[in-house]
Amino acid sequence: MTEATMNKLLILAAAAKYDVSCSSSGSSRSGRPGDLGSAAGWGICHSFADDGRCISLLKVLFSNVCRYDCAYCINRRSNDLPRASFTVNELVTLTLGFYRRNYIEGLFLSSAVVGSPDYTMEALVNVLRALRIRHRFRGYIHVKTIPGASRELIYQAGLYADRMSVNIEIPSEANLKRLAPEKDHSSVYRPMLFIRQGLEENREARKRFRHAPRFAPAGQSTQMIIGATNERDKDILRLSSHLYQGPALKRVYYSAFVPVNRYDSRLPALTVSPLARENRLYQADWLLRFYHFRADEIADDAHPDLELDIDPKLSWALRHPEFFPLDPHSADLGQLLRVPGLGLKSAERIIRSRNHCILTRETLAAMGVVMKRARYFLACPRSNFYTIHEAGPAFVRKALSGKKPPREHQFPLV
Amino acid sequence: MIVFFYDKTFGGLLSALFDAYTLKRFPALLLGEGEIPPLHAQINHTVSSTEEKAERVFRAVRNKLDRAALKAVKYAWFSESTGSDTLIFRLLRKALESPRVLPLNYGDSDTRAIMRLSRQVSCEKEKMMGFLRFQETAQGIYCATMAPRYNILPLLIPHCRNRFSDQQWIIHDVPRGFGFYFTGETILPVTLEKSSLPGGRLDEALLTEKEKSFSALWKEYYKALAIKERSNPRLQRRCMPKRFWTYLPEKQG
Ligand code: SF4
Repeated sequence: MTEATMNKLLILAAAAKYDVSCSSSGSSRSGRPGDLGSAAGWGICHSFADDGRCISLLKVLFSNVCRYDCAYCINRRSNDLPRASFTVNELVTLTLGFYRRNYIEGLFLSSAVVGSPDYTMEALVNVLRALRIRHRFRGYIHVKTIPGASRELIYQAGLYADRMSVNIEIPSEANLKRLAPEKDHSSVYRPMLFIRQGLEENREARKRFRHAPRFAPAGQSTQMIIGATNERDKDILRLSSHLYQGPALKRVYYSAFVPVNRYDSRLPALTVSPLARENRLYQADWLLRFYHFRADEIADDAHPDLELDIDPKLSWALRHPEFFPLDPHSADLGQLLRVPGLGLKSAERIIRSRNHCILTRETLAAMGVVMKRARYFLACPRSNFYTIHEAGPAFVRKALSGKKPPREHQFPLV
Repeated sequence: MIVFFYDKTFGGLLSALFDAYTLKRFPALLLGEGEIPPLHAQINHTVSSTEEKAERVFRAVRNKLDRAALKAVKYAWFSESTGSDTLIFRLLRKALESPRVLPLNYGDSDTRAIMRLSRQVSCEKEKMMGFLRFQETAQGIYCATMAPRYNILPLLIPHCRNRFSDQQWIIHDVPRGFGFYFTGETILPVTLEKSSLPGGRLDEALLTEKEKSFSALWKEYYKALAIKERSNPRLQRRCMPKRFWTYLPEKQG
């Protein structure tokens, strides 16, 4: 490892740091005697940066020498920046050296478009192949697909990677074309489709041959930039929920726009990035994926944007007092999940314990259920809480809003 | 008040259950051998711990607890916290006397206490899975030292053996003074000498040349990643408490 590697690492890590999705979860692979590495299924955080974000993967660009000129990106061609590219060997040595010391769970590899999309994609595939085949590496690998790369290369990458992602970046095509003239939605949706087909074929193949090679077992994810363009939350959530309905899109990441490239007049003149909105979108996304909410229940034409001072579940509950209060002894899981303040764990605990005891406010608290918000929406025996009907939605809103929402650390970014 | 003395091993705890059923007397307090019983103790019994007793009790318990409960008991045991043995004793007794598999009932205070301990231990183990740091020695052995709050080294071994199966490694628990060595094939107990662990960390003279450049790269990478304008030391310390920092290269000067 030379001085030169150090310089490249610094440039290419800094170039990648505004990218979200540090998550290394979704793939579980046990180790194999004599080989290096395993994937833990849930992500392991190996460190926390000074800004409090989890560090789980070695997240770098293969290269930041870009031929494109996307308005929202720090690496665009017209910016005057130090540029660098790794060699395959450098990147492999770094990854393995870090992994053996338990610094990381694996590699998150992406790249600017060097030369052509296929040239770049091939370089990425070479890195993955060296890790998986030559060094028999079984740790986690996330690879970002280069927009416009060919089906064959995407397929090969999928044979080595755990997760693949293709970033949508800008939710509507018209806006994307305006800000990134060299891209369009088909350069994003086509690779997504290739990955999806790869996943489906693989599922079939594995039914017939148990040992057929696995294709991107942790599925695919994507990212949208929030606040660089004028889409409303309802549009964004509709797109997300549509994407989740297709097979194997595991995660949509939302990234509050960072006002880079201020000289570009096509971008809004934000002074701060819309972090609160990003946070509410993640909460809404969570409701879509785990709490059986539909996108149009969370935001629709009457309420096109998420409220910033209360979370989307509470917002829904205040608009639907007729659904409450619920009796924790008889409500089913789906109903309990709609109670503000009740998470999956608490709801399951309630269901598991309610045949053995009466759920008073004390037993619920002892079980670890946080009653601060739930109290207005549950009917507990012998409780002196006001329900939402007695207190009225306006009172409940006032009692529960106002405080800044806690930012969850796995949702990065400036 | 009935007091049992035992050898503070898990086998000993199971043997204590065996003795209790044989004597038809159940202790209100479990103490280690040689500890001073309270003044009002009436019956003192010293458990002789044998593998056979432990084995028989374990087989009976296994039929009365589901996997989640068994795991909770195991983890609560490794918390080594005062009174955890008495809690486990009571829960196992309830299980043995239950006509069917004992459900995990959060309404029961012993169950809740055990679940809480188990959660704390499991959380410490998960943190350590991330914060453990190996350094390569001149002989090519990857060596990690740590000071976890609970005795989680035994719980960590299967994970490390699975993940780092093609390298030789040692993990050493500094305050508890014991460790394990993976030879590439088997796990052996080892103890590192205090003299080679100045400040709890492996003596730098023992490391390979390469080690310095890798830790330097990692440190720089770590620094480059943080977004300066968003510095949040409180969140950082909540997720990664300071007690781990001694062993993290990225947190060394
Ligand atoms: S192609 Fe990628 S790296 Fe290049 S300018 Fe656009 S977003 Fe940035």
